Amino acid sequence: MKKKDEQKWIVKTQFFEFAHPPRELVLECGRKLGPIRIAYETYGTLNEKRNNAVLVCHAFSGNAHVAGYHSPEDKQPGWWDSMVGPGKGIDTNRYFVICSNVLGGCSGSTGPSSINPKTGKPYGLDFPIVTIRDMVEAQRHLIDFLGIPRLLSVVGGSMGGMQVLQWVASYPDRVRSAIPIATTLKHSPQQIAFDEVGRQAVMADPNWRMGDYYGHKPPERGLALARMIGHITYMSDRSMEEKFSRRLKENKYSFSFGTDFEVEGYLKYRGDNFVKRFDANSYLYITKAMDYFDLSGDKLFPHGLTVKTRFLVIAFKSDWLYPAYQSHEIVRLLKMRGVDATYCEINSTYGHDAFLLEIEEESHLIRHFLEKTQEIADKEDSGCV
Amino acid sequence: MRLDHQVIFDWIEPGARVLDLGCGEGDLLAVLTAQKGVIGQGVEINEEAIYRCVEKGVSVFHSDIESGLGDFPDQSFDYTILNQSLQEVRNIGHVLDEALRIGKKAVVGIPNFAHLRARVRLFFRGRTPITPALPYSWAETPNIRFMSIIDFKNFCRVKGYHILDAQFLGTHRRVLFWPNLFALNGIFLITKAKHLA
Repeated sequence: MKKKDEQKWIVKTQFFEFAHPPRELVLECGRKLGPIRIAYETYGTLNEKRNNAVLVCHAFSGNAHVAGYHSPEDKQPGWWDSMVGPGKGIDTNRYFVICSNVLGGCSGSTGPSSINPKTGKPYGLDFPIVTIRDMVEAQRHLIDFLGIPRLLSVVGGSMGGMQVLQWVASYPDRVRSAIPIATTLKHSPQQIAFDEVGRQAVMADPNWRMGDYYGHKPPERGLALARMIGHITYMSDRSMEEKFSRRLKENKYSFSFGTDFEVEGYLKYRGDNFVKRFDANSYLYITKAMDYFDLSGDKLFPHGLTVKTRFLVIAFKSDWLYPAYQSHEIVRLLKMRGVDATYCEINSTYGHDAFLLEIEEESHLIRHFLEKTQEIADKEDSGCV
Repeated sequence: MRLDHQVIFDWIEPGARVLDLGCGEGDLLAVLTAQKGVIGQGVEINEEAIYRCVEKGVSVFHSDIESGLGDFPDQSFDYTILNQSLQEVRNIGHVLDEALRIGKKAVVGIPNFAHLRARVRLFFRGRTPITPALPYSWAETPNIRFMSIIDFKNFCRVKGYHILDAQFLGTHRRVLFWPNLFALNGIFLITKAKHLA
């Protein structure tokens, strides 16, 4: 599954299939879906007590490839390679790390670009609406398949953090600790608004063809535009100033609508790159899943339940897409329910992107939090509590 | 162990639930957890201190003391600790009321502004007091409230808090006589509950 190849750590994406008809997965919307394929990667080794498993949940545009390389020629490591690996914050020498592509995604898991077995053609808009709860349900089937009774921790930022919270809501007994980062209990109107603008950009592209563009030219312009908007929300005013200021691509204004400023070039580059790896319909489905997400009130912890899951909540000062006040809302519930929890608001200027960039601080918190959780798990599992 | 930590350590019974408001780097909670099996939770404003807490396995909320207190349920802790943090708080009455709403008992450690050295410095030299317990110059101090041991006792009487125990500390040992003159710090164990008094 993995071997050291010089410096490069080679990992392979694997696939798990379940919900074969007639035992399809019943989704939150009431519709059934099956069979379902989930792409996943694992790192490290599951110990004998099976109590060292850490599930990493990816953000909106992520995938199962969280760390390492797919081949010796591979130039790009996994999306959180600085956090996950031997000796890193989530230390694969200690923990068995799992990451899977979300249901509805386009990086190996079943989504709108997958073949509908009933028609033999891609689902397109026939794909049912999936929610964060459905994504977690699919992950739970994978965790069952891997033979893990209780996860040491579920970790994720942004939409990954929503899955973390959903895991606690859906399966409190199977999550020993939760690390929601730069996330929220519910999407705010501002967050829904940005998502809707992105969706409208995709759907306004004539190539979108009501989602039936497979085998034709995909709605690249619309999707790239949606991604450009997204990237603005991931940065802070300050980080944009530091990264681009008003620097020009050439030394003078072109006095045209060409790309004058570096920031324009950056957004264009990001947009153009995104369409090569992301399916436009998945963009619609996954943003909708985030918009439906709402674990406010007593939906995170049902009334009367004693919460045994430990929490590490992390927010970033300059994040205006998932502002710290939304993490405070999580912390408020933790206080009210007497949950063993830590909250840290990291003083970062990177905006929402910080959760992928402020690695040193995050690693420090996560490393020690996981160590303590493992200590508790080992104590409990050897029956000395 | 620091002398003030030793006093608090002796007061708190094993297995108690403890909320340390202004827990700093979590040293006290770490010792209480390791040696007395308490269930501890800290609150601390300094980001660097949060990292030190987490290193020690201490759970801590990154926040100032005053703003998030309302979220803790009534009597959800056996003890709330305000050790060397009350002098930095604006709304003393509110914070103490909250500490005693959340905790059955509260531990309050304060620097004594009426210590002999403070009085000498003020009276003979006309300078703002600086003592080992109040080490900052007037321009740099984070303290916004200055109280003496007698002040705090009076405050408790007016507010109806019962003082269950009080210990007075010098640089290296406990002070038994005239604490308001000779103690650098006072540590009080207080409660609002009549049946505990």
